[in-house]
Amino acid sequence: MFDLDKPSFLSAKLGRRQALQRAAHLTLSGAAVALLAGKDALAADHSAMKGSAEQDVRILNTALGAEQEAVAAYQAGAECGLLRKPTLGLAVQFQGHHKEHADALAATVSKLGGTPVAPKRDYGFPVSSLKSEKDVLQFAAGLEKGAVSAYLGAVPIFADRELAKVAASILGDEAMHWAVLRYALGENPVPSAFVS
Amino acid sequence: MTSRFLAALFTTVVAFTGTTAASRPQGDAARGAQIYERCIACHALKRNRTGPKHCGIFGRRAGGVAGFDYSDAMAASGTVWDSESLDRFLEAPMDAVPGTSMGYDGVKVPQDRADLIAYLQSATADSPLCR
Ligand code: HEC
Repeated sequence: MFDLDKPSFLSAKLGRRQALQRAAHLTLSGAAVALLAGKDALAADHSAMKGSAEQDVRILNTALGAEQEAVAAYQAGAECGLLRKPTLGLAVQFQGHHKEHADALAATVSKLGGTPVAPKRDYGFPVSSLKSEKDVLQFAAGLEKGAVSAYLGAVPIFADRELAKVAASILGDEAMHWAVLRYALGENPVPSAFVS
Repeated sequence: MTSRFLAALFTTVVAFTGTTAASRPQGDAARGAQIYERCIACHALKRNRTGPKHCGIFGRRAGGVAGFDYSDAMAASGTVWDSESLDRFLEAPMDAVPGTSMGYDGVKVPQDRADLIAYLQSATADSPLCR
């Protein structure tokens, strides 16, 4: 994961920060582990309020389906041959994050007594309409922007506030992906003070 | 005197609230296309994804896209999609269809909903958006 080519637009300083990056990655994984470790208590709480647990599982499973599609989308993006080195590295790294989100969501669904949805075999991506690196980055940026909105729409409706926190934590990560992809496209990376 | 004034006032108020309820804001489909970017983690106009495709939604019954695995709640809702039912659903999906798998808080600004609905209405099966 960390032999990624440094995106040139983020300046060469990034190279000296690889150790830091590695530490940040460990923290992230640590956070994901902690999120799941708390789920025994969550599961117990939920059995006491069954209806809202079922609703939370539905919300988690829908988010899981979208994350699985994002993993497949980055796979298609990486395999289409249009991404050059710096952006290819980004795609691989962001795909890794989406995998971590999917794993965390699936484990949480199971802990709460639900059945995690399975990834689809074919997502029917509009690959034929992707003709340049820019097209691929724009497609990815659109998905990441949509993911920010989706998690924003999930935060207020979880019955369990701990799950809302998990959603907000993922939202932050998706927003960073979106900003970096916009930057790679030469667009203003942070176009507004609020997301919607 | 006072009671006549109150009666007149009452009539005015009823007439006024009557019109506001009946007239949702005019929608702008072009702006709706931008609002639709909030939906594209899960939806596309032309293909089923985590959520069902939207082409041809006006006049279709809820849960009506063949091959999409809807929640029981959506499949049994008995709703037919038009401006009014979409407005209600998109404001608060989980209140409008309790048990829906669309885990999303909703679009809270009436003008945003009107724009979004105008965009969905323009996505008829034979429109350029859907061909
Ligand atoms: C987190 C994923 C997600 C997001 C974000 C989302 N939806 Fe959905 N949507 C779904 C799912 C899943 C269903 C199927 C619901 C069911 O079966 O209960 C659905 C169903 C619907 C339906 C009913 C369609 C039918 O065929 O009956 C409409 C209309 C709709 N969504 C509109 C929207 C709009 C507009 C937005 C953006 C403002 C949006 N959705 C955002 C996942 C999502």
